[in-house]
Amino acid sequence: MQTKYMNPYLAGFLLGLLLVATVYITGRGLGASGAIKSITVEAVTSVAPEHAADTKFFQEYTDAHAGSALKSWLVFEVVGVLIGAFISGLVSDRLNFTLEHGPKIKSGVRIFGAMTGGLLFGFGAQLGRGCTSGAALSGMAVLSTGGILTMVAIFGGAYAFAYFFRKLWL
Amino acid sequence: MGPLVPDIISNDLNFIIALVIGVLFGAILEQAGFSTSKKLVGLFYGYDFTVLRVFFTAGLVGMFGIIMLDHFGYLDVNLIYINPLFVGPAIVGGLIMGLGFVIGGFCPGTSVCAAAIGKIDAMYFILGSVIGILLFAEGYPLWEEFYMSGNYGGVRIFNTFGMTQSLFAFLLTSVALLAFWATSIIENKINKIKKPAVRLTPYYIGLAVVGVFIAVSAFMFPPKKSGLLEKVENIEFVNSYPIKEMVSDELAYRIMENDKRLQIFDFRKYDEYKEMSLPNSISFSIDNFFEKEPNKLLSIRHKTNVFIANDEMTERKIAIIAKELGYSNIEILKGGINEFKSEIINYTDDKSPTNRVEETTFKFRKRASSVIPEMIKNNKPVGKVVKKQKRVVGGC
Repeated sequence: MQTKYMNPYLAGFLLGLLLVATVYITGRGLGASGAIKSITVEAVTSVAPEHAADTKFFQEYTDAHAGSALKSWLVFEVVGVLIGAFISGLVSDRLNFTLEHGPKIKSGVRIFGAMTGGLLFGFGAQLGRGCTSGAALSGMAVLSTGGILTMVAIFGGAYAFAYFFRKLWL
Repeated sequence: MGPLVPDIISNDLNFIIALVIGVLFGAILEQAGFSTSKKLVGLFYGYDFTVLRVFFTAGLVGMFGIIMLDHFGYLDVNLIYINPLFVGPAIVGGLIMGLGFVIGGFCPGTSVCAAAIGKIDAMYFILGSVIGILLFAEGYPLWEEFYMSGNYGGVRIFNTFGMTQSLFAFLLTSVALLAFWATSIIENKINKIKKPAVRLTPYYIGLAVVGVFIAVSAFMFPPKKSGLLEKVENIEFVNSYPIKEMVSDELAYRIMENDKRLQIFDFRKYDEYKEMSLPNSISFSIDNFFEKEPNKLLSIRHKTNVFIANDEMTERKIAIIAKELGYSNIEILKGGINEFKSEIINYTDDKSPTNRVEETTFKFRKRASSVIPEMIKNNKPVGKVVKKQKRVVGGC
């Protein structure tokens, strides 16, 4: 039997405390998309080093970050997320390979949708300098105008587009 | 004083901390139900507002926590990462992410979380993000100009709106409470639950009271600096506050003896300091009290810290602010620099002593008036406090 989810206000409270502790200890907030970026950069620089040396984006990244792209704070943090979520899933009996999708669509459509959504999110997070964790949540905690503007745009955008993609979910 | 990295916690240990923080982050997200796209997109179709509740509560707790740490002097907000504002990229990037959210059903953090418990769609989402980042990287020259446009730096929202931090915190909390209330009603309507969403049970009343209390408490933590500056405007309070005074003669003597236990903090304008400064004195400002590195200087044990300014009243006010902030071993120069100048530096022996004490004093002053100006001339001003630590680089 799957265990019930935690009360959302309690989960939010704990997440907020974690955020405060993170800022107090490290001076920076939580994040996620930055780790995927580091992994992407590392993959490109090791598979096609010549191409990476020619491309401005990778050049700028390697100039700004000494050593391996994988030796970054966010990569360690996201590895932690994987472990933490796995343990939580184990404890609450939610571990199994499933492909979740809306009642009206087939698995193929869901896979295509997930990849497209990921692509857009990955791209948008670069342009917006952070995702829901790094820009929206952490930005709100430190009262950064940039972070809060990104947050409003993410959720505003999602509500604006939701109607057109309702068949995927409802 | 935080942040603890890099001086109290080394950069290498920071990676281990990142891992631990990540474990907690992942566990909380998973427990909250962020590991299923159905729950996440419920926010946009009105059948499940869990995301809003968790997200808004976390943001508020984070905000209040940081305001409190700042207020009590445990965190130097000048050193923490404030996401920079690039207007156009933030809006366009945000809208693209919003579109990605409704199509993909995840955001990067939640996709990692969902993939960890075996959600196959989440794994495809991550694969998609890698492609999206690659696309951004390959086409970077095309959008580089836009990506760099509209840069306002690390501005903070209450400054953008021209209001106090407390007022913004209060407004945001009020908006959150309203949102919690309104979305509960919408959620029940869409899920066709007949029971009223908000009932006057002790549970709901308790929650509401806590919420209102938090909203009002925003005003309990105004920026500490402005509160203290206001406090020292009360002359009666300032005059009744006990502060140790050092007379000009003692300061002169200790300067001439090159007393290593004496630290002179000069609070005059920097221009005045550059023009003339006492040997080994350091230029300091009230802002420095609230910064991590400068205030270490004030906390060195077994040192006497003398505050100097042009007049004694200014010194007194600054010393009270410092004492209220918890610094000890603070003395002020009696009569300020003005008296020091007239009694020591520009000493003229036109008065004749009437008793033995005066005789010795005048003798000393005469000697000091020849030695100290020479010391000032040969002294290389220390300048302002060096702040080596830079703002933390964060973000995604």
